[in-house]
Amino acid sequence: MRFIDPHIHMSARTTDDYERMATAGIVALIEPAFWLGQPRTQVGSYIDYMSSLVGWERFRAAQFGIHHYCTIGLNSKEANNAALAEQVLEILPRYLVKEGVVAVGEIGYDDQTPVEDKYYRAQLALAKEFDMLVQVHTPHRDKKSGTIRSMEVAIEMGVKPEHVVIDHNNEETVQDVLDRGFWAAFTIYPNTKMGNERMVEIARKYGSNRMFIDSSADWGVSDPLAVPKTARLMLDRGIPASDVEALCYGNALKAFGQSGQMKEEHWLSPAPVDQRMLFEGNSVLRGQTPRVGEQPPIAERMDSVAFK
Amino acid sequence: MNPAQLLQKWLELRLPADARAWLAEAATKLRNGSDTDLYRSVSLVTRKIGKTDLALAPNEREQAGASREGWDPSDWSLDQAARIYLLLVSGTDGATFLRRLEQLCDTADIGELVAFYRGLPLYPDQPRYVLRAAEGIRTSMKAVFEAVAHRNPYPAEQLAEPAWNQMVLKSLFIGSTLHPIVGLDRRANPELARMLCDYAHERWSAGRPISPELWRCVGPYARGEMLRDLGRVLEKGTDPERTAAALALASSPDPEATGLLWAYPELCRAVNENKVSWQTLANPA
Repeated sequence: MRFIDPHIHMSARTTDDYERMATAGIVALIEPAFWLGQPRTQVGSYIDYMSSLVGWERFRAAQFGIHHYCTIGLNSKEANNAALAEQVLEILPRYLVKEGVVAVGEIGYDDQTPVEDKYYRAQLALAKEFDMLVQVHTPHRDKKSGTIRSMEVAIEMGVKPEHVVIDHNNEETVQDVLDRGFWAAFTIYPNTKMGNERMVEIARKYGSNRMFIDSSADWGVSDPLAVPKTARLMLDRGIPASDVEALCYGNALKAFGQSGQMKEEHWLSPAPVDQRMLFEGNSVLRGQTPRVGEQPPIAERMDSVAFK
Repeated sequence: MNPAQLLQKWLELRLPADARAWLAEAATKLRNGSDTDLYRSVSLVTRKIGKTDLALAPNEREQAGASREGWDPSDWSLDQAARIYLLLVSGTDGATFLRRLEQLCDTADIGELVAFYRGLPLYPDQPRYVLRAAEGIRTSMKAVFEAVAHRNPYPAEQLAEPAWNQMVLKSLFIGSTLHPIVGLDRRANPELARMLCDYAHERWSAGRPISPELWRCVGPYARGEMLRDLGRVLEKGTDPERTAAALALASSPDPEATGLLWAYPELCRAVNENKVSWQTLANPA
């Protein structure tokens, strides 16, 4: 089985993680623009961060045969610094249309302050202007009402529910999200939010329609193998393989694939130009056949660390 | 035709109607456009135009070289051609062009960086971009490095010797190749030969392989200890390494080099009869 982790902050992770993810069958990931654990104080820090999301981090991932996409936005925590937020909003358009940017994200509410609301709306307007998808971070505190508010504001701003992924759902929010026609993503965190045992029960109850899972792994206690590990557990507990495949691969691709920036062919049959760009070049001097775009063979990844 | 006109013609011949219309509109807007117009159009290129190969015909390659000496866009893609075209039609003086290019590089994705560096030989007021080129050489992303170093006449024309030598040495260091570097033989120098031999010794000490191409820039300046290094390769190297050592010795004016090579009549004959060259070594049949 192949996996996509549609929410993971690789800038905070090591190459060991990339290696284990590739071995566990993760072929693609999405890195949402986020904060760094402490607030930035300068717009220049955002510029360098976002440049690394479309540059260095993509290159780093490619070296392990993993396709790296990202979302670009001003996160809700840092939106509370209004003076800085204004400057960040000015530079966002320079990144939104870059190659491999699949959505505006992760945006939404944290404390649900008026300033957060202002910049959430401003970014929904940008998504409309640039004809882009939206990836919404739902608040950890006062979660249920914050989730509903996120959706109502998106609809009010004229963004279509099928263009919005609502992330960090739990048992309390999933029904509201599905009823309104949005995509529902679940973060599998060790200890907090959704554990993978709980996810198995959600899959049993709701099936797989318009739902998928992610790790949201970052600089905190988190697990970059959450997606393949949860897949294993779901299979062990008798969830049908087709549902597991949809929750851990297919639906994330359907949702974010709407951007036109993320396509299965990118990893199934990489275009020669991509290979020249991102993978080992065509150095031919030592008498070997040219290596253009060699990736870890997918079949071998099946037999992965997460599966043993 | 100048490079911008050539790029326009090649793109028009290859793009479907909607992409062609988008590019024409973007180009018109840019003739007196703002910085923001330029940044947005340049980033939108992959979404509007795609990334397939430009795939120039032989006569088109000749036109490239005729329009700008040493310009070789034979492995460019459509997005790269379109990005450079848009930069060029925004047609400003060198100072504005450099300021915009620096801004673009600050927020570039990988694909854009590759395009901007490949475009170096086409920008107005050529000496202005030396620091930018050196920055490209400092990158850790191989595709970006090669955009400066390979099939690009800019480094040989503009880089001072220390930067040039760093570029050649770094090519080997990151497992890239030397033969696509424009002006490689012309810019060979004694300091580079010394650096390369030092590097060979490091690799030998670490028990790691050495690219046979390394010896290409050593040959013309090899003497003393360097000749003994080449002798060691002739004696103990792999077949491609021995061929490389023979080619290097043949390019040395030193009689001692000729003497070394004479001890290996077969290699000597292959070199003299042009059966081997740096090109055949790079692309074995």
